[in-house]
Amino acid sequence: MTEMNIVQAINRTLHEAMRRDADVLVLGEDVGVNGGVFRATDGLYKEFGAERVIDTPLSETGIIGAAIGMSLYGLKPIAEIQFLDFIYPAFDQIVSELAKFRYRSGGQYPAHVVIRSPYGGGIKGGLYHSQSTEAYFCHTPGIKVVVPSTPADARGLLFTAIDDEDPVLFLEPKRIYRSMTGEVPDGEGRVPFGKSRLVREGSDLSIFAYGAMVPPALEAAETLAQDGVSAEVVDLRSLVPLDEAAVVASVEKTGRAVIVHEAARFCGFGAELAALLAEKALYSLKAPVVRVTGFDTPFPYALENVYLPNADRIVRAAKTAVRGS
Amino acid sequence: MADRAALPTTPTAPPGPDLPEEAVLDAYRLMVLARATDERCLSLQRQGRIGFYAPLMGQEAAQVGASLALTPEDWVFPAYRELAVALARGVSLRAIFDQLIGNADDVIKGRQMPNHFGFRDVNFVVASSPIGTQITQAVGAAMAAQRRKDPVVTIAFFGDGATSSNDFHAGLNFAGVYQCPTIFFCQNNQWAISLPRHRQTRSATLAEKANAYGIPGVQVDGNDLRAVYHAVSEARARAVSGGGPSMIEAEVYRFGPHSTSDDPKRYRSDAELSAAKERDPIARLRSQLIAAGKWSEELDRTHWEEVRARVARTFESAEKAQPLDPRSVFDDVFARMTPRLEEERAEYDALVRDGAVKP
Repeated sequence: MTEMNIVQAINRTLHEAMRRDADVLVLGEDVGVNGGVFRATDGLYKEFGAERVIDTPLSETGIIGAAIGMSLYGLKPIAEIQFLDFIYPAFDQIVSELAKFRYRSGGQYPAHVVIRSPYGGGIKGGLYHSQSTEAYFCHTPGIKVVVPSTPADARGLLFTAIDDEDPVLFLEPKRIYRSMTGEVPDGEGRVPFGKSRLVREGSDLSIFAYGAMVPPALEAAETLAQDGVSAEVVDLRSLVPLDEAAVVASVEKTGRAVIVHEAARFCGFGAELAALLAEKALYSLKAPVVRVTGFDTPFPYALENVYLPNADRIVRAAKTAVRGS
Repeated sequence: MADRAALPTTPTAPPGPDLPEEAVLDAYRLMVLARATDERCLSLQRQGRIGFYAPLMGQEAAQVGASLALTPEDWVFPAYRELAVALARGVSLRAIFDQLIGNADDVIKGRQMPNHFGFRDVNFVVASSPIGTQITQAVGAAMAAQRRKDPVVTIAFFGDGATSSNDFHAGLNFAGVYQCPTIFFCQNNQWAISLPRHRQTRSATLAEKANAYGIPGVQVDGNDLRAVYHAVSEARARAVSGGGPSMIEAEVYRFGPHSTSDDPKRYRSDAELSAAKERDPIARLRSQLIAAGKWSEELDRTHWEEVRARVARTFESAEKAQPLDPRSVFDDVFARMTPRLEEERAEYDALVRDGAVKP
């Protein structure tokens, strides 16, 4: 085990994946000589050279379109989109092409591209360096969407993503890139997709979160414990495929659900979780499902703390759920 | 890297190797097969026996000429009008009809509208409907071939409309930067549904756009089989020898509608169409073959009859194939079915069992 932060875990995993398989390569804006604007690809260029660590022109559709072509040919490209906010020029390539290649070719042409992209707020990035728009992608059949919240999961999920046979959107919570460290296994331990992580066991309510919302969810659970409320915290880790069984089982046990995400509420991922609970756990619910999310506004710059969920909001929501029973 | 200053504006294609004369008659036969299939499919669509069709008539010489300049190892990234390319790559007529019908023998399992072919066995990458998206993909595959040091080129087929797409710009730009072995083959058929070529761009030619990316761009008469073959052969030879990408603008004319859902009378004149048909690539090649004593009116008549009969017969056999397994709709979303999809398939099974849907 080695202590490191999320960026270091990603960086180390990329190094190891490229060492063990010459077909793995990295492409994106500023990923080579500069090592990535967040330094996630730092050192790769020096070790693997310009042929495998490709600084691209400033075109997201070019990056993803080219990555798809490389993948069809047999390479294993890992594309970096510098901020999730800038992914939209490649939206057509992702939702119309990448996600549909296997299906539309009758299985002849699977396209396996890993897209890494930092997402989320809390870094004073304003409208265009802060958004959490995972729901757009989760809505598209054919692409997997995963979000680590710890250095160990960043490593384990990235290894799984690189080995997977399907396209993967690997979302990196940039707010906690460096703000915390954790023990990371030295071996190539995989974290499977579709399996959530039980962060903390509880009996009175279940808090579902992912990415940068896991730390405030845990903080809220600790505060609630002081008030005698036992909160379970589930880190979803994998949005597609979703660990539906664990979500349902947790609410069957606790009877209450608080769903936390940074994205705007309307049609956010939490809506899918709430629908799942309505469909499969309604009779276990002792209180209405509560969503603690970003507001349905664009992401504000100066007032980002107004927008972003925090531990206090989660505590308040949890108390509402508990009182309401 | 090519010397930008030395790039010509928009020359016609320099002479490449000649199409071997013994191959010309075979090429003509392929063009006739494509035309006969096209004609049949327009009729089949009107009869309701296929749901949709996008004809290529007028573009046969461009497609066959380009295809014959490629090797089986080269990768084709088609749009949805490349029937003659598929036939020239060796795809059987039956496999084409299986796709148009969407039966159990369709290799893409009925997943797409007619014309969106994909045949991995001949490196014919599955087409999609969005315009231009295959262009950047062809570049990525060429970068991969370059990295593996394979003597392979990729060729992207697209139309005049696609030169306005994001991926045209991105693809040519990437290819120029990485000097990868890609051929950008633009069939300028003068119409993007209803938009004429001169309203698509102010550029004098489409080929000259390549110059802005440091890529040689040439125009070629797309109705001239040999000229197209020359141009693509030349581009291919340069690409495999490390000389980088090329763009070829083949000037053709779309004789038919954009698709069976389109009525070209709304936007173009009969006179324009008639004038274009004076340059019919099939009629031109037939005249040349007859003048050279390699073909005759009589042989041609018999050949057309045989081809039409073969097309009709093959379609009828494809029509008799088994229908798709309805449960296959849930396959190939992912490499392995997710629990959610398994659940939805079970839901479908229950719907069938209860008579709520007919399998």
